[in-house]
Amino acid sequence: MQVIKRDLVIIGGGPAGLAAAISARKNGLKDILLIERDKILGGILNQCIHDGFGLHTFREALTGPEYAQRYIDEFHKLGIEVMLETIVLSLDNNRQISVSSKEGFVKIQAGAVILSMGCRERTAGAISLPGTRPSGVYTAGAAQNFINLQNKQIGNRVVILGSGDIGLIMARRMTLEGATVAAVFELLPTPSGLARNVQQCLNDYDIPLFLSTSVFELHGTDRLTGVTVASVDETFQMIESTKRFVPCDTLLLSVGLIPENELSLGAGVNLEATTSGATVDDTYMTSVPGIFSCGNVLHVHDLVDHVSEEAALVGQSAVRYVTQKTVRDSASIPIEAKQDVRYVLPQTVSGKTDFTVSLRVTRPMANGVVMIKDKGRKVAGKKIVRLHPAEMIRVKVKAKNIETAEKLEVSVQC
Amino acid sequence: MENQYDVIIIGAGVVGNAIARELSKYSIRVAVIEKELDVSMGTSSRNSGVLHSGIHYKPGTLRARLDVLGNSLMADLCNDLKVKMNYLGKLTVAQDEEEVKSLYILKEQGQANGVPDLAILDTDAMRKIQPNVGGIKALHSPSTGIICPYSLTIALAENAYANGCHFYLGHRVTALSKQGDGFDVTASGKRFQSRVLINSAGLYSADICAMLGINDYKIYPCRGEYLILDKRLDGSLKVLVYPAPHKGKAGLGIHLTNTVSGNILIGPSNEYQDDPEDYACTARIMALLRKEGHELLPDLKTADFIRSFSGLRAKQTSPGKGGFEDFVIESREDVTGFVNLVGIESPGLTSSPAIALMVKDMVAKLLTLKRKETFEGTRSGMAGYFHQLPDEQKADLVSQNPDYGEVVCRCEQITKKEVLDAISNPLGVQTINGIKYRSRAMMGRCQGGFCLPRIVQILEKEFGYNPEDFLLKSKDSQLFLGKMRQDVV
Ligand SMILES: Cc1cc2nc3c(=O)[nH]c(=O)nc-3n(C[C@H](O)[C@H](O)[C@H](O)COP(=O)(O)OP(=O)(O)OC[C@H]3O[C@@H](n4cnc5c(N)ncnc54)[C@H](O)[C@@H]3O)c2cc1C
Repeated sequence: MQVIKRDLVIIGGGPAGLAAAISARKNGLKDILLIERDKILGGILNQCIHDGFGLHTFREALTGPEYAQRYIDEFHKLGIEVMLETIVLSLDNNRQISVSSKEGFVKIQAGAVILSMGCRERTAGAISLPGTRPSGVYTAGAAQNFINLQNKQIGNRVVILGSGDIGLIMARRMTLEGATVAAVFELLPTPSGLARNVQQCLNDYDIPLFLSTSVFELHGTDRLTGVTVASVDETFQMIESTKRFVPCDTLLLSVGLIPENELSLGAGVNLEATTSGATVDDTYMTSVPGIFSCGNVLHVHDLVDHVSEEAALVGQSAVRYVTQKTVRDSASIPIEAKQDVRYVLPQTVSGKTDFTVSLRVTRPMANGVVMIKDKGRKVAGKKIVRLHPAEMIRVKVKAKNIETAEKLEVSVQC
Repeated sequence: MENQYDVIIIGAGVVGNAIARELSKYSIRVAVIEKELDVSMGTSSRNSGVLHSGIHYKPGTLRARLDVLGNSLMADLCNDLKVKMNYLGKLTVAQDEEEVKSLYILKEQGQANGVPDLAILDTDAMRKIQPNVGGIKALHSPSTGIICPYSLTIALAENAYANGCHFYLGHRVTALSKQGDGFDVTASGKRFQSRVLINSAGLYSADICAMLGINDYKIYPCRGEYLILDKRLDGSLKVLVYPAPHKGKAGLGIHLTNTVSGNILIGPSNEYQDDPEDYACTARIMALLRKEGHELLPDLKTADFIRSFSGLRAKQTSPGKGGFEDFVIESREDVTGFVNLVGIESPGLTSSPAIALMVKDMVAKLLTLKRKETFEGTRSGMAGYFHQLPDEQKADLVSQNPDYGEVVCRCEQITKKEVLDAISNPLGVQTINGIKYRSRAMMGRCQGGFCLPRIVQILEKEFGYNPEDFLLKSKDSQLFLGKMRQDVV
């Protein structure tokens, strides 16, 4: 079988893969290949026809396809090689990749690999939703694909479970397209999507959001006829007396995203339980030398702007790995999530260069300070008026402040 | 006349289809009438998929005899029909001396039934087969196997069809009458005639009897719920492991079952209910199964539960009585020409080829059966899936047909060619579930989130589907209500 060689292979042509490829080229690397299973580049942005992308990067509110197109244009201008409609079947720890397409089976030996496969949606099965299995139950992303890209009317009377951003966006989309959105139900006491989406997608259209409430049963043998919903207590147990039937023909699930790390696992990459993404150092290299990770396959981001920024950094690191054969610093410093912090990224740093810590908090808080400490000594901090689990927080750390550090701890102080 | 047959079989489950395939070896006109839009929509796709060895059944019963025979016929049958199966064996494990005694009783019973190669193993020997298994002794039954139950049911139907058997899908039998030498059958407004009538209607077998004035039977649906686990855990179980029978413990108990596709099942539960169509999963049982799962598989994570389903046992014993009755398989003397199958609960899947032989013998007493020279018992295609082939063979196939190179379902790595084959299968496909059961697309961890939109595109672009044509499983289970926006002309 044919084995071809490339200095850098990027798996996935969404915003992360595109930005990583562009950055790698701009940092001087010639031999780059991007592999994408779809017919077109841009990933999930292609079906995100609403606006709000690029506020940080371009200071403009672009639609998903517009945002993607800016990167796609630049990618093509730089003449980077791409394989479309090609799926990566496996990746091993020596960075050998096998791919399949209409043209056939090929093996590729890569000098470095960037994982940018994105994430998938959590399903009804994954949340063990009881009841029947009728038609009319969709994950919000699949519904978005059917409505925006395939012109299918998926339903008339819609209930949305989960207040993730795609669910909120779809509540507005379904309303604009003439359907009735009966309600959005969220198990947690706070919305999981961005505050601006709660405002612009629900409040502006008088769509009720019920917090601490969930769907407990699906009804209907053929098409969905309704759902049983109820409030929950602090331990997420259903409060029997609040049970009620909500008639609907469609249920959209927006109950979380799971990074698509099956290929990474095949290569022996270590994953972190909280993010379901790889553990990385400050070059975004995973536990397997030469394999890097960025975008939603690493951790689910709030904004695409942050994805692009992270991916650009990863593109640069991968070039350094390929050209300078950099090896991981054995004396790396671990970073840990403490008080009110759900996760931090990267999980280790060399301490030799400045870096940015990405994190999410566990609960909504006001007027907090994100503190990064080394044995009780503050090495970096950031004051934030409104802290929310839906929003990613990024804190810059100067290398000179951690010269003697053995372990860094990240916490929130209110 | 067009709707005139020598034999009409009611119900396209594994039993009806096995009978259809067996009878398609002879020069008679055979039809299968099925109320659902596809074959294998009832119990035959909703079970554990275990080929039982036959240790559990009372010697002399039909269940004992037909199970052991069916089990031994399965290897050749699956080879001919290109259905994946695996005799991986089972350990029935005893935790104390009391239970060890029951192992010896089981072994004796199994030997009386003709189950091959049974052995009682000590702790070391059983751990060689399944590392870390708890318990002190085990009964090893190497002939216990696993099979994909709907693959078998579909393959039987396709092969029967290829040999001239007619299938009427989406036709519910609503009235039956004995007319002279034969039967008048009304199904979804259409009239059929046949000389022999076979009742393999599963949960509705007693209702079919009642249509002919036979009121001897009653079916009590008994639900078994399952959770399906992610393939990540494939390999945790080398063989099937069941607890030894124990006084006070009913049924076979909730346990883990390997499947040929690599997903472990947790279940089944055991709950009587009234409605023979209610396949709901309940919060209470799902929580129970999750808890069992975590105890049996310490490595299990919440994200590993990918789907739940339930099946209904066609039990003849009432909730108060419990336990098992033997299969009823009879050629009625009071209604000549009526071959009646009632209460084909477990091990009906395993027994199906043997049941088919027994029914064929009954039919031979009612009609003259002459072997057809044109009968072709093998089915083309492959057992299993494209992605399981060696790389070289895959590369070969892709160069012959590029549709093998396009992966439609990323979780299960199902190619476009396999999806197209499922759509163009000989019996035709009317539902999304029909494509799913045949190709395995949409059965992985993302449950079609990724590939359903692609399959919809294929059906629209290459098969001319309109939005209203997409059905999930039944004629009222539309996926779409129409177009979201009208086309601009
Ligand atoms: C939870 C569970 C676990 C099991 N595990 C195993 C196992 O591990 N091993 C094993 O060997 N067996 C097992 N079994 C038993 C096995 O699944 C059944 O014995 C077998 O599938 C029965 O097949 P059938 O064709 O009789 O019934 P079905 O598959 O139910 O077929 C009957 C068909 O008749 C059709 N029908 C009904 N009424 C009408 C009508 N009026 N007009 C037209 N069509 C009609 C139905 O739609 C259906 O398609 C299990 C069963 C259950 C429920």
